[in-house]
Amino acid sequence: MEMTLAAPRVDYLNVRHTVASWLLTKDHKRIGIMYLVVVTIAFFVGGLFASLIRLELATPAGDLVSSDTYNKLFTMHGVAMVFFVLIPAVPAILGNFVLPLMLGAKDVAFPKINLLSWYVFVIGFLFTLYAMITGGVDTGWTFYTPYSSRASSTNVMMTGIGVFITGFSSILTGLNFMVTIHRMRAPGLTWFRLPLFVWAIYSTSLVQVLGTPVIAITVLALAVERGLGFGIFDPALGGDPVLFQHLFWFYSHPAVYIMILPPMGAISEVLACFSRKNIFGYSFVAFSSLAIAIFGFLVWAHHLFVAGISVYSALVFSFLTYAVAIPSAVKTFNWTATLYKGAIWLKAPMIWALAFLGLFLVGGLTGLFTAALGVDVHIHDTYFVVAHFHFIMVGGAIMGYFAGLHYWWPKMTGRMYSDIWAKVAAIIVFAGFNLTFGPQFILGYLGMPRRYHMYPEEFQVLNVLSSAGASILAVGYVLVAIYLIASLFNGEEAGDNPWHATGLEWTTQSPPLPHNFETQPVVTEGAYEYSKREIKVV
Amino acid sequence: MAADVDRLYWFIVGVTAFFAILVCVLVVYFAVRYRTQDPLKVGSPITGSIPLELAWSVIPFLISVVIFAWAAQVFFDLSRPPDQTLEIYATGKRWMWKFQHLDGKAEINELHVPLGRPVKVTFTSEDVLHSLFFPSFRVKADAIPGRYSTVWFNATKTGEWHIFCAEYCGTRHSGMIGTVTVMEPAAYQAWLSGAGGGGTLASRGERLFSELACNTCHLGDGSGRGPSLFNKFGTQEQLANGSVVNVDESYVRESILTPQMKVVAGYQPVMPTFQGLLNEESVMALIEYVKSLQSSTGGTATTNATGAPAAAPAQEKR
Repeated sequence: MEMTLAAPRVDYLNVRHTVASWLLTKDHKRIGIMYLVVVTIAFFVGGLFASLIRLELATPAGDLVSSDTYNKLFTMHGVAMVFFVLIPAVPAILGNFVLPLMLGAKDVAFPKINLLSWYVFVIGFLFTLYAMITGGVDTGWTFYTPYSSRASSTNVMMTGIGVFITGFSSILTGLNFMVTIHRMRAPGLTWFRLPLFVWAIYSTSLVQVLGTPVIAITVLALAVERGLGFGIFDPALGGDPVLFQHLFWFYSHPAVYIMILPPMGAISEVLACFSRKNIFGYSFVAFSSLAIAIFGFLVWAHHLFVAGISVYSALVFSFLTYAVAIPSAVKTFNWTATLYKGAIWLKAPMIWALAFLGLFLVGGLTGLFTAALGVDVHIHDTYFVVAHFHFIMVGGAIMGYFAGLHYWWPKMTGRMYSDIWAKVAAIIVFAGFNLTFGPQFILGYLGMPRRYHMYPEEFQVLNVLSSAGASILAVGYVLVAIYLIASLFNGEEAGDNPWHATGLEWTTQSPPLPHNFETQPVVTEGAYEYSKREIKVV
Repeated sequence: MAADVDRLYWFIVGVTAFFAILVCVLVVYFAVRYRTQDPLKVGSPITGSIPLELAWSVIPFLISVVIFAWAAQVFFDLSRPPDQTLEIYATGKRWMWKFQHLDGKAEINELHVPLGRPVKVTFTSEDVLHSLFFPSFRVKADAIPGRYSTVWFNATKTGEWHIFCAEYCGTRHSGMIGTVTVMEPAAYQAWLSGAGGGGTLASRGERLFSELACNTCHLGDGSGRGPSLFNKFGTQEQLANGSVVNVDESYVRESILTPQMKVVAGYQPVMPTFQGLLNEESVMALIEYVKSLQSSTGGTATTNATGAPAAAPAQEKR
């Protein structure tokens, strides 16, 4: 493959143009882009449901849609966002694209399995979409029994099959990444020279591989009960409805860390790059990812404090929940300290990353309320919880995803988007987000339960504020889509390393070569040795 | 109790607000103070500080332990009703709450309680999960079919307050709401002696007890084919399989609906099941009858003879 600057450069995008060359690709970069397309569709589907929810809740009466429709809207919003956006966004899009590049590898360990993961994901998504289009599902994304197994007359089975299938995609991707990280690091790239994004992806993969089979089992058990009438969860058939909750959260709480750890990793990259500094306390941050992944498996029953578990087990799970909060606190303090005496270059990815810090902070700190037994009894299943987990999942995970997407976009596409519009969008999203979910904390404390189609009039003012915020939020997200797509057509050429970043992914061209590197890179130093450049120290 | 929850809540608000403001101020300050337009400029070569990192691991941990312990204390108080409570039974079903007073009065989506007296609500669900939520009293618990849950509260202000279903239960989940009316004790007594009722809950249970022929086996002197139920409630029972069980609402319910599950030592598993034959309200009435069979006031009563002693104070007025 000849490489002269004069000739048009061959890259992974222009090497072939046929549809088949995409659908049969084994290139991790192309697969990453294909995930980007599907996840973005799912994000707008889920976002549409969210908009309808907020529109309905602008008034206390249930006057826009029927109660059944409303129940389907929040269910399908949750299903689309959790399983088809939050879980795959950072690992499957950004992880696929940059992980091999960061490692100095040609591809992931199992490129064909990587493609298989994408197909499995799409098939799961199509099943779920089909379930949505042909009547929808109304159980809540949590599928609690016995409502889901006995009472609901909606497309529970079809949705369950979609989620079940998608899980295998997650397992395969996790396995693939773990093997890749173990086996395909460039010479000299020791574990403690790895970018923190890789540590985060590794920790996440661990959870994906160990946790996802449990949701598969749970969904299967639900299907056996619903379809064949075997008594597992339904007390009328001799089952135990709370057992379902234990199984469901045994996966779904760790799944929160599948959603948040990779964006945390992306944030570490962005903060180091735009502060021109080492991440403060690299090993603390690296090990905190692992600690979160492991302790994350031990806290599931904090979702069950009012579900009739014994007070003693509630005590244990409350304590462990505080224990798992500590690594997240450490990360936040370390990120803040990273800024200290940095050379802070406020480009768009950095603005998104700083917005992440603020929102994740609120999300994490409000977890101290929900973990507190005596307080959780009151706020459980209220809007307080809705606000809390949206601060983590949207304020944290989605903001982190956008920070990473803006950071690696020039590498992925070879084009630069409008910096100013990207900053404006970040500020709009930050403001809209706070206006949407800030009032919900108060609503929850005042007692408004979640999943309510109608509500007492005294809650209207706060709901109107929330809905107004949601419309601002929607504008922000649409804006992102517009300038990113526009950059593909009229964006400036980004150059190989527009951010002057460290990291192997920036040593190859943008967009990268089909096989990533011309020659095998060799690593001689840590991930963030900005200050060793000795150009101008502050 | 609500005040205890609020005190803790505001303590956590204070702690978290402090850290939120601290971090935000530092982030903004650093971002402005060390800002540069020059992409070639580099930051200072700081890589970390073990003492600092230990400090911001240990300090948050210690604060967490304080919150944990305090919240656990409040939770224990919320989970353990005091001895002398006004007892009320409730059933959740799609989409209504039915409250049953011991004196026989029943209410739907409404509940009247006296001011300043601890109230304990024991409840279950007839279909799917629900959650009985009294936001003003800061308590809720899931209503789980096949099990009893309890919440207790002590209302400190008269007035009307919300009752919500907090666990999603289908179409009219958001319509499964009601009002709890807190009344001055005198007004409550007047309300209680108003129309409605039809015998105390225990007396209804007693009637069922003989209608269902429970009394043919559960003889008061223990000579029947089933154990005497007299003075049983609140004690411990030795089972045929060697284990010991607390005789509480859940055990009595289980023994009525699935009697083969936990057979009392020394008896044969001959009792027929009443699963599907009794609704939740009837089961509650039977439980209340069993509860009322205490010797302290019953004198020479046998199980199938004179009914409920003073479990329900209002009964004498009927």
